[in-house]
Amino acid sequence: MDPSMQGVFQMTEDMASQQAQAMEAAQQYILCCECGMQITPNPARMCVSCIRSRVDITDGIPKSVALFHCKGCGRYSNPPKGWLVAQLESRELLSLCLRKLTGLSKVRLVDAGFIWTEPHSKRVKVRLVIQKEVLSDVILQQEFIVEFVVRNEFCSDCHRIEAKDTWNAVVQVRQKVPHKKTFYHLEQIIIKHKAHAKTTRISSVSDGVDFFFGSSHDARRFVNFLESVVPIRTKTSQRLISQDFNSNTYNFKYTYSVEIIPVCKNDIVCMSPQVSHREGHISPVCLCTQVGTVLHFIDPFTLQIAHVRNALFWQHPFNAIASHGSLIEFIVMDVEPVYDEHHNEVTNGKFLLVNVVVVRANELETGGQEFQTRSHLGHILRYGDTVLGFDFTTANVNDEYFNRLDTSNFPDVILVRKSHAERRKRRRGRNFKLKYLAKEEDGAGDGWNGHWERRRRRRRRCC
Amino acid sequence: MAVRAQYEGSNDVGVFATLTNSYCLTALGASENFHSVFESEVGEVIPVVHCSIAGTSIIGRLTAGNRHGLIVPNSTTDQELQHIRNALPDAVKVVRVEERLSALGNVIACNDYVALVHPDLDRETEEIIMDTLNVEVFRQTIADNVLVGSYCALSNRGGLIHPGTSVTDQDELSSLLQIPLVAGTVNRGSDVIGAGMVVNDWVAVCGMDTTSTELAVIDQIFGFQEQQQSFLPAEFL
Repeated sequence: MDPSMQGVFQMTEDMASQQAQAMEAAQQYILCCECGMQITPNPARMCVSCIRSRVDITDGIPKSVALFHCKGCGRYSNPPKGWLVAQLESRELLSLCLRKLTGLSKVRLVDAGFIWTEPHSKRVKVRLVIQKEVLSDVILQQEFIVEFVVRNEFCSDCHRIEAKDTWNAVVQVRQKVPHKKTFYHLEQIIIKHKAHAKTTRISSVSDGVDFFFGSSHDARRFVNFLESVVPIRTKTSQRLISQDFNSNTYNFKYTYSVEIIPVCKNDIVCMSPQVSHREGHISPVCLCTQVGTVLHFIDPFTLQIAHVRNALFWQHPFNAIASHGSLIEFIVMDVEPVYDEHHNEVTNGKFLLVNVVVVRANELETGGQEFQTRSHLGHILRYGDTVLGFDFTTANVNDEYFNRLDTSNFPDVILVRKSHAERRKRRRGRNFKLKYLAKEEDGAGDGWNGHWERRRRRRRRCC
Repeated sequence: MAVRAQYEGSNDVGVFATLTNSYCLTALGASENFHSVFESEVGEVIPVVHCSIAGTSIIGRLTAGNRHGLIVPNSTTDQELQHIRNALPDAVKVVRVEERLSALGNVIACNDYVALVHPDLDRETEEIIMDTLNVEVFRQTIADNVLVGSYCALSNRGGLIHPGTSVTDQDELSSLLQIPLVAGTVNRGSDVIGAGMVVNDWVAVCGMDTTSTELAVIDQIFGFQEQQQSFLPAEFL
């Protein structure tokens, strides 16, 4: 007999105790009812070989099964629709093999393991030990081998890669501002949270970035991530690629259009009247101090503060009238705190209201015009500091809401932030290496990378 | 001599027949095949009687008897009792007993001299058994089973008992009954011996599934094959 086919009787507990009693008295025998061999009594009253000839407990378990393997990615098909990465003789492959065996649920699996086979033979052999109750109360144990034949089947993912059709959903992130500050910031946040892990491609376009995903689910998650980081507006649309009426299935490509609020930190904005009324009649021309999930504004002349929610902004949108690029440098000539009627300094903790006298930095030597203004930067402004601000005397502001304002008693200068240009010049580069997303340029030229390249070139020229 | 028989497809011949040294009862069935087996084996010597007990055909389990008498349960109708009395020889006493354990065939195992009974049987029934069947009565269990009638088959020359009976129990029962006993099976491994076969001193009838090994054990222990050379091991002789 094949040694792997040797079975043993496993007695049930009461039989075992009965047998123990029998053993202590005297060895008790009956004849096997089939072949007449002397045996100790067991519940089937038959010898092992007679039981084995009557019942096969491996009946219903296939002895040869096909295993589908993708040549492209080296994964194994994991029905109903998944694909599984598994090494030869690994736990994962064993569990996959056992899952493919029908009929294992009707027996008790005691042991399973691989038998070594030459990898090129395209055969995986699994040795199984199973137990099953047969006749009445007899538990039969048997060891046998199942051979899995590895067949090639290209997986759908590899098919799509071959067909250069790798995405199902795209998230188009846009911000309609002339600079890329927000995207540099967003890039670092995305890298930090590994939010780009599921992307198949990232491409840089003018005004933003496109993130491509294999499934709409992943894209949806990415949009949720963006929602938690920056104030955005989302629009979803889908394009029908193919359909099957018979099985009622549709194949779509999804597009998530994400627009980031076009207001950044240190932008001067002119709010729409509805928003300014809603936020306690704050002066419409104010300064954005922070962009979180809400926008923080401050009126630099009164220190009044406003928090504009994402939803409110999109109901009554407005634009920045001056940002990053349009600020010029001023030199502080004098700083004088502002006192209220009780002779206390006007402050809201973080900011201190002061009267400031500034001149344009480029006119300092030629004795240019002095501007009297108020600023919220009282805590940090000292005589002789360089400060960035917006000069309304020379500006040609073209904003719907600003044009409607009465600007007769409007100060000429709004100071935005202190400039640390001198100090920055002294420091040489970063102490750490900045990480970048692997982005593709998308033809148009004025993309993310292009912008970055230009900046780097400019810097190199400086050094 | 041991023969195989079947009652309407069922191998449990002990359920549908009662066989003693002086009479044989068989159940009323759709066909006469089962009855004919008994008729041909023992019909020339003893009466083979068609009957029913309480309108059922499981007479083997409901009645217990030997050469001297027959005990039927209280559920037996008057007509059935009258019919049995008419058909059996006059020397056989037929008694109806009021007993809670009404499947008398399951709770009483007897030959012409000794009876093993269920430990919970009434004292009155025990008295009636003694008087009617002319036997000594022992309250016993077989392999921890109280249904002694189901798990053994006895004749005056030997007995076949439940295969799980330990050697010490076998020795004890054997000394009570004063006959050799062997643990064995009928109907291809069935341990309900009493239901699987009926036996008297010269013939045994077992179910159709009984294997030749089992038949050989039966022939051997009931002494049907004394003069022949047996292939069975020494301890089974």
